[in-house]
Formats: sequence, C-alpha cells, structure tokens
Amino acid sequence: MATEAPDRAAETLDTFRSETRAWLEANCPVSIRNRPRGMDTSFWGGRNPVYPTEDHKIWFERMAERAWTVPTWPSEYGGGGLNAAQGRVLKQEMTRIGAPDPLSSLGIMMLGPALLKFGTEEQKREHIPLIAQGKIRWAQGYSEPGAGSDLASLTTRGDDKGDHFLVNGQKIWTTYGHKADMIFTLVRTEPDAPKHQGISFLLIDMAQPGVNASPIKLISGNEHFSQTFFDDAVAPMKNVVGERGKGWDVAKYLLTFERSMMGESIGGAAGKTIAETALERLGKEGLARDPSLRLEVAEIMMETWGIQIASERLFDQGKAGQVSPFSPNVLKLLGTELATRRTRAMMSLDGFESLAVDGHDAYEWLQAPPNCIAGGSNEVQMNILSKRALGLPEHK
Amino acid sequence: MALVLSEDETMLVDSAHGLLDREAPVTSFRALRNSGEELAWDRSLFGKLAENGLVAPNVAEADGGVGMGISAAGLVMEQAGHVLAAAPLLSAAISATLIARAVGEGQGADLLGSVVSGERVIAPALDEAARHDPARLETRAQKSGEGWTLTGAKTAVIDGYDADAYVVSAMADGAPALFLVEKAASGLSVERFAAVDSRNYTKLSLSGTPAKRLGEGDASDAITAGLDTGRALLSAEMLGMADEAFDRTVAYLKERKQFDRIIGTYQGLQHRAARLYSRLDIARGIVLKTLRAIDEGSADATWLASLAKATMTRLARDVMIEAMQMHGGIGVTDDHDVGLFVKRTQAAGELLGDDHFHTERLAAGKWGL
Repeated sequence: MATEAPDRAAETLDTFRSETRAWLEANCPVSIRNRPRGMDTSFWGGRNPVYPTEDHKIWFERMAERAWTVPTWPSEYGGGGLNAAQGRVLKQEMTRIGAPDPLSSLGIMMLGPALLKFGTEEQKREHIPLIAQGKIRWAQGYSEPGAGSDLASLTTRGDDKGDHFLVNGQKIWTTYGHKADMIFTLVRTEPDAPKHQGISFLLIDMAQPGVNASPIKLISGNEHFSQTFFDDAVAPMKNVVGERGKGWDVAKYLLTFERSMMGESIGGAAGKTIAETALERLGKEGLARDPSLRLEVAEIMMETWGIQIASERLFDQGKAGQVSPFSPNVLKLLGTELATRRTRAMMSLDGFESLAVDGHDAYEWLQAPPNCIAGGSNEVQMNILSKRALGLPEHK
Repeated sequence: MALVLSEDETMLVDSAHGLLDREAPVTSFRALRNSGEELAWDRSLFGKLAENGLVAPNVAEADGGVGMGISAAGLVMEQAGHVLAAAPLLSAAISATLIARAVGEGQGADLLGSVVSGERVIAPALDEAARHDPARLETRAQKSGEGWTLTGAKTAVIDGYDADAYVVSAMADGAPALFLVEKAASGLSVERFAAVDSRNYTKLSLSGTPAKRLGEGDASDAITAGLDTGRALLSAEMLGMADEAFDRTVAYLKERKQFDRIIGTYQGLQHRAARLYSRLDIARGIVLKTLRAIDEGSADATWLASLAKATMTRLARDVMIEAMQMHGGIGVTDDHDVGLFVKRTQAAGELLGDDHFHTERLAAGKWGL
C-alpha cells in the first residue's frame, strides 16, 4: 500500500525532528522553559524592545537568526521557509520542552498573513522582514466607540490629500496601542460608498504628533488594550493594503486567523491539564468527596479534547485543501466559552486561595470573558454561522 | 491517518449513500415498523449491503473481508443513520471484532466470511445488566468433554432475534472468555424485546447450553475491542441521525411562517441552530479521530471511543430535543419522521453505555480522577 515517496518524506521529517530537538535542547535557555504563558511574560519586539529577562533576549536572537520567529513564511521575505509539516514538528518540539514563542507579535499573528495575501511586492519587502526580526511592534485598530459588533459602521475617516491620507477619528480596544510602533487600521476613505465598500485597510506610523494612545485597564487589571486618537494623522497612499475601499475583505480574512487562534490556543489549553491540577490540589479522595466538581473537571477535559481534535483536523483539512470557511467561527465560539468555564473551575479547585488579588487563578479567570467579546463577539459568530453556514434568512 | 477522508473512503460513502437512498429511505423503515414484522430488519436490503461490501467492512482480507477498517464501518453507519436503515450492520461489525480478536486475525475466515457475505447473522451477547456494566460477568462456562457449556443470562442483545448464532461472553477458568452459541443449541431461550426504536433486540437465557470457545486464554482485550467497535459505530450512527434531523429542522425554519415572517429570521432560533452546527462540527472530528485511532491500534482508542460515545449521546439528544421543539406540534406527531429519529437516538445513546457511563469511564480510567 505504501509507496516510496511518502516513506522518503517521512524519513526526511524524522531527520528534521531529531535535528530540531537537539538544536532546541542546546539553544533554548532552561530558565524560560515551562513558564506560564501570558502577554506580560513574552517578548513583543519593537523600536524600543523590552525583554522580560536576559534569557528571553538570547532565545529571541537565536531563533530570529534562523527566522524561526516565522518558521513557515517564505524565505524570500525573511521567513523560515519551512513547509507546513516541518512547521508543525517545530511547534511540537517546542511544546515538548516548554519553549515559549520567541516573539509575540500581532505582525506575526495577523498583519503578516494579510500582507502575504493582499500586499504589493513593495509592501511585502518593506514590512515582512521587519516583522520577522521583531523590529516593528504592530497594533490592530478596528473597533470604535460606536462600532463594536457592527464594525462596518466605523467612522474614522481618511481624507485623500493626493499622496497621503489625513486621518481623523477614534479607535478603541487597540491591542497594545500605547506600546506599538505602527497600527494597521480600518479607515473610511470613500465616504459616499455603501457601508462595507468605503473602508480601506491602512498602515499608520504611530510615532507622529497626530496619533495618541492611552491604555484601558480591564477587570483583570491588565492594560493590553488602549484607545487611539487620530488628529490629522498622516499615512502615505502606498500604505493601503489591498484595493482602496476593499479593506473589509482584508479585515475579514485577517479575522479568520484571529478567531481560529483564539479558539485553538485558548480552548485547546496547552500545558498542565485541569485534571492534573485537580489531582494535585485535592487528590483522588478529595475529589471523591466533591463529586460535582470532579464531574465538572471531567467534562472540561472532554470538551478540551474535542477542541484539540478540531485543531488537528483543521490542520489535516488545510493540507488536503478541504478547510471549512466556518471553522474559525466554531472554534472561536466554543473555545472561548470553554476557557471561561475552565478558568472558573480552576478557581473552585483553589477555593479561597483563588481569590488572591494578584494570583494567577483570578487573573486567568478575569481574562477569559474578554475573549468571548474580542475578535467579533460570540453572538456575531453565531450570526455569521446562522446566515452563511446555515443560510437562515434575514428579517426584512 | 489524516482526519479527512481518503479517496477510497469517499467512494465508499458515495456508494453507501446511493444504495441506502435508493433502497432504504426513511419511508421504508416506517413501513417495516408499521408492518409489525418481528425480525425488524429488511432481508433484501441487508443482502444488497453485503453484495456491495458494506457489511462489516472492518473484517481483514485474510479473513474474507474487504479490510477497510473500522473507519469504513463507521462511515457506512453514519450513512445508515441518515435514513434509519434497519439492517444488522452494528451486530455484524461488533461480532466480527470479537471473533477476529479472540481467534487471531486470519484464523476466523470461516466464521467471518459468512458474516461479511450476509449469509449468517451473528449477534454479540455481552451485557448482563439493564445499565451497561461490562465489569459484570456472571455467565459461567464449564468444560464438557471436548467442548463447553454456558449457564447464565444476557440482555440488550443487538439483532438477537432470529440470529443464526451468538458471540457470548462468560467466565471460564476464572477469566473472561468468548464463545459461539448456535441458534439451535439446547438450553438456549431467546426472548424478543420490543423497544421504542422498533429495532431487533433480545434477552437470552442459557442453561447448560453447548458452546464453542473462540480462541483461548483471557478474552478481556477482545471484549473491550468489541465494545469499542460498537461504541464508535453507534457514535457514527448518531452523528448521521443528528446531521439529518438538524438539516431537516433548518429546512423547516426556512419555510415555516408565523407572525407573517419566516421563523428562521428570529435570532432566538438562529443562535440555537448556530450552536448545534458548531457542536456537530466538533463532534464530526471526534468521531473520525476515534475511528482512525481504532484502526491505528492507538493506546487512546478505547478512551476516544468513550469520548465519542459520551459526546454524541449528549449532542444527538440535544439535536432531537431542538428538532421537536422547532418543528412545533407537527414534530411530535407519529406521522412526522422526527419522532423516529428521536427514538432511535435514545436507543443508540443507551446501548453500550450512555454519556454518564462514558464520562465516568474517562474520569476514572483515563484521568485518574
């Protein structure tokens, strides 16, 4: 049944795995392995880089040298040039030793894929190497105070001034806007066009007097989001990604990455499982006396396994060219809900101790609900599914 | 194996779908039910399924089968679920696994060949308690000359009425073992059990009944493999039924008008439908992963069988509740097909362990909770 070619491919992949394993063992500093993952313990790059520790710097520089910050992006633009299977092996081997991502970046997670698909050759050559090397820290500017779930009603406008746009308006929920160097944003450039067709996807340098960002403090105490004000900010014409007035298509494409990522990573829950934590905290006997909590843990384990299988299936479907366009919506909806359920159950496992104001439990628990809102609220996901996946009609 | 269908599998699904659509639409199951026919499955349909290699496709080529694995059996069951096809497919696949695992692959061609060809229906007789409890095994086997005799009682025997033979579990020399009991064996009494899903079930009582031992030594692993086959296939069948009932419900939401508008325009219903769609999408991955894991002999296969069974039991039940509710009054009439799916779903969920059983099995067995 087996032909020669797949055998050779498997052999090559095995070699890649053993070489990668050895290299990671030798190069990933032990001090940064197996640490709780979080936005505050990662390196985010940028014009003024801040490394959580010296070992994070060493790790980042070693990985950046091989372009393994973006392992599967094309090497012609400064990516690692690995194929999908190799990229997966690298990820698995990093997970095996608890190695963190060397560089966390909205440029990697969101802008890069959009540029690779919609960008001009010039835009790719200008921005992608800087993303790969962590030189520019990007923010995402979509939502506005009056445009949340109804994102396409946004009013931040870009006036055509010949060689540049003059941008005025306000964005909110700008991820790390107050720490970013540049922002990819949705701006209304064709005021007379219908709602979805007058929007452009525009790259704006934040280091200019017309751009001001201030942080927003969330219930968890974190300040990952900000408000961003544009007051006669300038963006050159060449910074429009995709066609003018077609920014909605770019944004939609990009949101699929954000949603899959949110569902897979948050719902899939890497690291120690809640069952392991439950056994550590309460032991088998403690759980036997607490049967309702024990059942909750078991059900969360089952749901988590389901999301992990969905993620594996998505990968296989990708390779076979059979991806459902609605997988991101499904993963986002169920993954973020599951994370809310899991972080709440973690609180129960730690009981009174979980209430510690600067504790890990409370932080994670308060981090979960925002993810059910961000990236298109879960209600928006259900709207998309009912209308596009199921074809249920809209009320006229 | 990847979590997408191979070309061969796609062809198999198309062939199963075509045949079942033509030969076994839901109307034919309804007619069978209304006829009160005691066998409760359709001989001519079963013959055609066998001719097309769709009966126990998990039987290895060395044993006279097509050797397409549990994956293939699951894909066929999923299609059977769509039309509520009444044919002893589940019992054939479970018995095939039990026999092949007990006697060793390639050693059971006589018996397995007759299962695959549809010549003989061999029903698995494992359960002894109303609530699925595979640890309970009180049926006793005693050596008697060259052979064995069995004494005990079995329940929830799938397709056991008018079966040609039974694969029966019993304690022999202090360990679980598997035996073949022929229909005509002395001391065997078969009691038909009429269930809400109008399928074929029986209870057996054995009293010094002559039996032929399948393989030797402790058959615990073979029994677990047989149970896992059944659990995976019931999950696949429930997936097919849930998909079908859901599609019909969504279609109804698009045509039914109340308050001068199509009811599918109400967000209250849209979001409930979107949620079921999402859960079905995740469950589809779980079922396929389970089938693959069994075929690969993965250590997680037995736990995945529980994950699939628990997930599908709960999800199919929820789909049926929504199907009845969203259809309104018509959905709870006997004339409407929804009720047929509701009843079969309840039975498929109960057989070989429901969601509660499998959640507990995972909690204690896999996670040590």
